[in-house]
Amino acid sequence: MLDADQPRLERPSADAVVVQGCWTALAFSSQRDWKALAAMLAQTPADLPEWDLRPIGQLDHIGGQLLWNHWQHRWPAKLEMSAPQRAVLEQVAQYTVREPQEPRPTPWDYFLRFANRGPHMLETARRFVTLIGQFVLDLGTMLRAPHRAPWRDISGHLYSTGATALPITALVGLLIGIVLAYLTSQQLRQYGGETFIVNILGLSLIRELGPVLAAVLIAGRSGSAMTAQIGVMRVTEELDAMRVMGIPHGFRLVLPRVLALAVAMPLISLWTAAAAMLGGMIAADLTLGISPGYFMQALPRAVPLANIWLALSKSAVFGVLIALIACYHGMRVLPNTESLGRRTTSSVVISITIVILVDALFAVLFKGVGFR
Amino acid sequence: MTEPIVSSPQNGGAAAGGGDSNAVEIRKLWTVFKSPGREPQVVHKDLDLDIHRGEVLSLVGGSGTGKTVLLRQILGLEKPTRGEVSVFGAPPAELSAAGAAKVGMLFQRGALFSAFNVLDNIAFALRELKVLPDELIRDAAMVRLQMVGLGPEHAHKMPSALSGGMIKRVALARALIMDAPLLLLDEPTAGLDPESADDFCDLLRSLHRELGLTVVMVTHDLDTLFDLSTRIAVLADQHVVVTGTAAEVMAHPHPFIQKYFLGGRGQRAAQALHEPSSVSGR
Repeated sequence: MLDADQPRLERPSADAVVVQGCWTALAFSSQRDWKALAAMLAQTPADLPEWDLRPIGQLDHIGGQLLWNHWQHRWPAKLEMSAPQRAVLEQVAQYTVREPQEPRPTPWDYFLRFANRGPHMLETARRFVTLIGQFVLDLGTMLRAPHRAPWRDISGHLYSTGATALPITALVGLLIGIVLAYLTSQQLRQYGGETFIVNILGLSLIRELGPVLAAVLIAGRSGSAMTAQIGVMRVTEELDAMRVMGIPHGFRLVLPRVLALAVAMPLISLWTAAAAMLGGMIAADLTLGISPGYFMQALPRAVPLANIWLALSKSAVFGVLIALIACYHGMRVLPNTESLGRRTTSSVVISITIVILVDALFAVLFKGVGFR
Repeated sequence: MTEPIVSSPQNGGAAAGGGDSNAVEIRKLWTVFKSPGREPQVVHKDLDLDIHRGEVLSLVGGSGTGKTVLLRQILGLEKPTRGEVSVFGAPPAELSAAGAAKVGMLFQRGALFSAFNVLDNIAFALRELKVLPDELIRDAAMVRLQMVGLGPEHAHKMPSALSGGMIKRVALARALIMDAPLLLLDEPTAGLDPESADDFCDLLRSLHRELGLTVVMVTHDLDTLFDLSTRIAVLADQHVVVTGTAAEVMAHPHPFIQKYFLGGRGQRAAQALHEPSSVSGR
């Protein structure tokens, strides 16, 4: 089955080759035709003296390139072709060059790259400390002249990071509360300590799980959004435009985000804890027969108020950290898509890790607070 | 300046098959942008346009007359609200199946893949065929790189390290890699210095002559317009007011055309068109 357009070679005599068919990128895109042609080319010596290109239906630059490479970058002794074919081939011949080779990295380069990690980490630490310092300075500026603060931005971020996060945090909190209550109720029933479910749920949800769960969700949801937003502003040169107008990035981009999350985070964590308590209450009622009425009555006795203050302050710290890390990574995005992706990933991963580390720190520091 | 280009039937012109002489046909096209809570915005209204094979057609019109939208509709990136677009006798949606082999597009800001270097950007479409050997693809990409006037030393640069003019050139090289018979250019010379813009015109002219491409170009640069176009189509009042050679279009009494071509800049550019001797070095 031979189609007229199929690129092929014919050998009317030992020294001559007649080239036929369509020699275009489109014709080569069929795997079958290409394999057949490659086999024919492999059987045709490069130094045959007579080539006739005139029967070719179409010759484009890819076809020309293929012929030129087959001739090993030399014109055959006798070549018959039309003027347009000559133009294409001459262009290919004129412009074919070796691709410049990148020098391969030596072991010494690898060593240097490895050795550079130390200074690089120091530099990262320095930058992050600078960002925190700048934030404190901006906060001072804002307190001295509150009427010039970016209130609109703050309220916008408060809405987008706070209000719009309420449904998802409530759902996750509710389910975690139900699961936790079910699991503990099994154990408590064995020891006959059913009423202790109020203490267990109250302490663990309000003091630990509420704030951490909310922080992890917000780091994934709002932290990534902040990094991507600032990162795209870097890619599209919006950051440079702001700087030229004399608007400091710290004051207009970092400060509103950090303040908004510092306010929103404690509220979200209380909200998450409340949803989890609701879930726990429902599950306790179903599995242990502890009525919501009793639950509410026993809760203040089981969980001292200090726990709420601890959870709130912890969450505010989480919020500040998440926003700072997100802004730091956003500012460091390079103008390409790969860097944007990598920075967004590291922003989320690092902020979740830091949240858990700081939570452990709080647990150790306040181990004497809020227990009865 | 040189003569307007005579279309050559060789190669690209006949590449798409089919007997009729139009590369693109647009019939009774309507484009309406609707956004909730606002008046629908009518961009095109009963727009008709034929683009012949092997010609260089320039689309001209004020800002917001939907020139780029029209290019995107020819590419099948956007669907017109009403009406028909056919490219080589088929709806544009079928173009995407043939991909870079049928049509090349130079986007306004280049749209280079920022994760790839220059060579990989140019070679991308060929490599995606998954048929040709890598060596041939690299050679072909290097040839394209030099055809657009960039040296081999730029092959391994990332797009973020390129200047505006270089991005345009690399983007053109990428659009040309498969020798597609239809080439769409969105503001090819905007943002280039006069020297680069002239080089770019020379380059396009020689490519057009050798490959027999059909070129559709959106441009505001009057020099490029007079220099390259075989025909000019003027978009105004939501449709194509007139198509024809530069002289025919300029004779049209529509107020937009009178302002556009017969303002100070237009006259200077048109003068250059009539007095080839006044421009040296071409």
